[in-house]
Amino acid sequence: MSALKALLIRDMKLAFRVGGGALIGALFFLIVVVLTPFAIGPDLALLSRIGPAILWLGALLASLLTLDRLFAADYEDGSLDLIMTGRAQLELAILTKALAHWLTTGLPLVIIAPLLGLLLNIDLAAMKYVALTLLAGTPALTFIGLIGAALSVTLRRGGLLLAVLVLPLTIPVLIFGVAAANSAIIGPVPFGPPFTILCGLSLASLVIGPLAAAAALRHGLE
Amino acid sequence: MSFIDLANPTRFLALVQRLLPWLAAATVLAFAAGLAMAFNAPDDYQQGATVKIMFLHVPAAWLSMFGWALMSMAALGTLVWRHPLADVAAKAAAPIGAAFTLMCLVTGSLWGRPMWGAFWVWDARLTSVLVLFLMYLGLMALYWTTEDPARASRAAAILTLVGAINLPVIKFSVDWWNTLHQPASVIRLGAPAIHPAILTPLLVMALAFALLFLTLHLAAMRNEILRRRVRTLQLMKADNA
Amino acid sequence: MRLWAENLACVRGGRRVFAGVGFAVGAGEALLVTGRNGAGKSSLLRLIAGLVRHAEGRLGLDAGEAELSIGEQAHYLGHQDAVKPSLSVAENLVFWSAYLGGGGSCEAALSAAGLSELAELPAAYLSAGQKRRLSIARLIAVPRPIWLLDEPTSALDASAQSQLAALMRTHLDGGGMILAAAHGSIGLERARELRLGFEEFGPAT
Repeated sequence: MSALKALLIRDMKLAFRVGGGALIGALFFLIVVVLTPFAIGPDLALLSRIGPAILWLGALLASLLTLDRLFAADYEDGSLDLIMTGRAQLELAILTKALAHWLTTGLPLVIIAPLLGLLLNIDLAAMKYVALTLLAGTPALTFIGLIGAALSVTLRRGGLLLAVLVLPLTIPVLIFGVAAANSAIIGPVPFGPPFTILCGLSLASLVIGPLAAAAALRHGLE
Repeated sequence: MSFIDLANPTRFLALVQRLLPWLAAATVLAFAAGLAMAFNAPDDYQQGATVKIMFLHVPAAWLSMFGWALMSMAALGTLVWRHPLADVAAKAAAPIGAAFTLMCLVTGSLWGRPMWGAFWVWDARLTSVLVLFLMYLGLMALYWTTEDPARASRAAAILTLVGAINLPVIKFSVDWWNTLHQPASVIRLGAPAIHPAILTPLLVMALAFALLFLTLHLAAMRNEILRRRVRTLQLMKADNA
Repeated sequence: MRLWAENLACVRGGRRVFAGVGFAVGAGEALLVTGRNGAGKSSLLRLIAGLVRHAEGRLGLDAGEAELSIGEQAHYLGHQDAVKPSLSVAENLVFWSAYLGGGGSCEAALSAAGLSELAELPAAYLSAGQKRRLSIARLIAVPRPIWLLDEPTSALDASAQSQLAALMRTHLDGGGMILAAAHGSIGLERARELRLGFEEFGPAT
């Protein structure tokens, strides 16, 4: 366990040091959300209706675009070789790296989402539910993106390929995330069922993501 | 990395050390006077006491633009004259400018709440300030993600100047976008003639804000110079080990 | 403790890198893997470390810890130093020590590598040779019986090379094993040599 704890702490330190991308994802999220009204107009009624969808799309893009350095940085400086010769299970090491990534890039998105909700005129009671869906759903985005990050390292292609590989896989998360958020605001479906499915998707990706990423790394890095 | 680079900042540091206490004292005095005058200023007949947010909001807006202007001049200094202090000035100004911009946004949003019924509407002026805020954050991210200060300084200088050229275009576009969409019912702030009872406290507050900016900026420049000296010493230590 | 291989073959990218390689290394012995460029020196070390699978043959470790793989009982020192520039020298070493299983003292390892004075500096400020020494400090901080060293003397100056040779002798005297890929001497007098690259190369079957 202490090996994984050390890995978690190292990855979080790296994210917050010079050159780490911890808050760039949150900044990207902010910019995507600010750009949307320029495209569709500053109509507050319209913005508050589609606000949850904008927040979810922004969070989706911000989560994925920050993922491409997750293994690439460790691959380029040889750390990945050593991580693979460690005594911790590779799947667990990957799970730990993904957790560190979510804590430093996914969680900040959830935290600033209520502020961005103000820009989109989502009222505070509704924003609670949107933030809750993001809290439950962004881990799924990170853990699904993990597969793409592992594949893109072994294929030696960067960020855009990752997005192309992974974006289709995130469609269910987007559907149930936005559905749960909208059902809390306008109905008519109750909040419970889509939110439960969203949590289920997150838990499933928590298992599938590290397994698939470990397989990709083992086969790809020879 | 040579000592010649450090020679000029050394004199600057000595000057800053002597100036800072006086500037800090002047800032406190100006704020005391400005806040007292602002509290005693008459309420607006329509907006009541909320109009007093203006005494924070307007100076913050002015200084948010002043910050970018300062950084643009420093960027010229970096690119044209390669003056070592110019880059220090630009880097130190970015977070302070961003903080004043954020203050302008927050006060604007609080001021707008009773008028608009929402914390945020996509009013042309506020939106332009929001874009300025994003550009400040981008610049800070650039400094943050680049380890080598010399490389970061040139990239940031170019970005700052491009921003300075682009900001009027952005402002014009946002105004045009806004008049295209915005219903006329939104209350416009800033009447053409401001009563002296309001104008005097506003100017005193602006002076206080400017002094605060100057104090923070000089202190941040001092810290940045010291940080770079530590870096130089560490590099020398690694070289000699 | 004895590390042995019989008739090993390695295929990478559809190309047979080497085949029919066999060796045995006992406790306190060193094996110098030599051969021209592309003969598969690095591949052999990566294969033993468990980073590459072998296409044919057998590889085993007698009297090792049964529940650990060979790679988990070996140190792999590759071409890259696995040093993070934004962490301090000590932070880098403490992390690898904790991740790889610990057991030794990081301070002692830093002083053995001649980096004690630089412990608090960001690793970004280190020269290539100093990064190499930081990477070598890992071998001291975490005791593992097998050292797999891929051109360990590259980027090291003469005094650092003799320091490394002393560390390797200490490791061998303590019953360790060393397999090193190198073009020339790495300062080990008692090393045997395994020469790769005299087989016929055909397409992989």
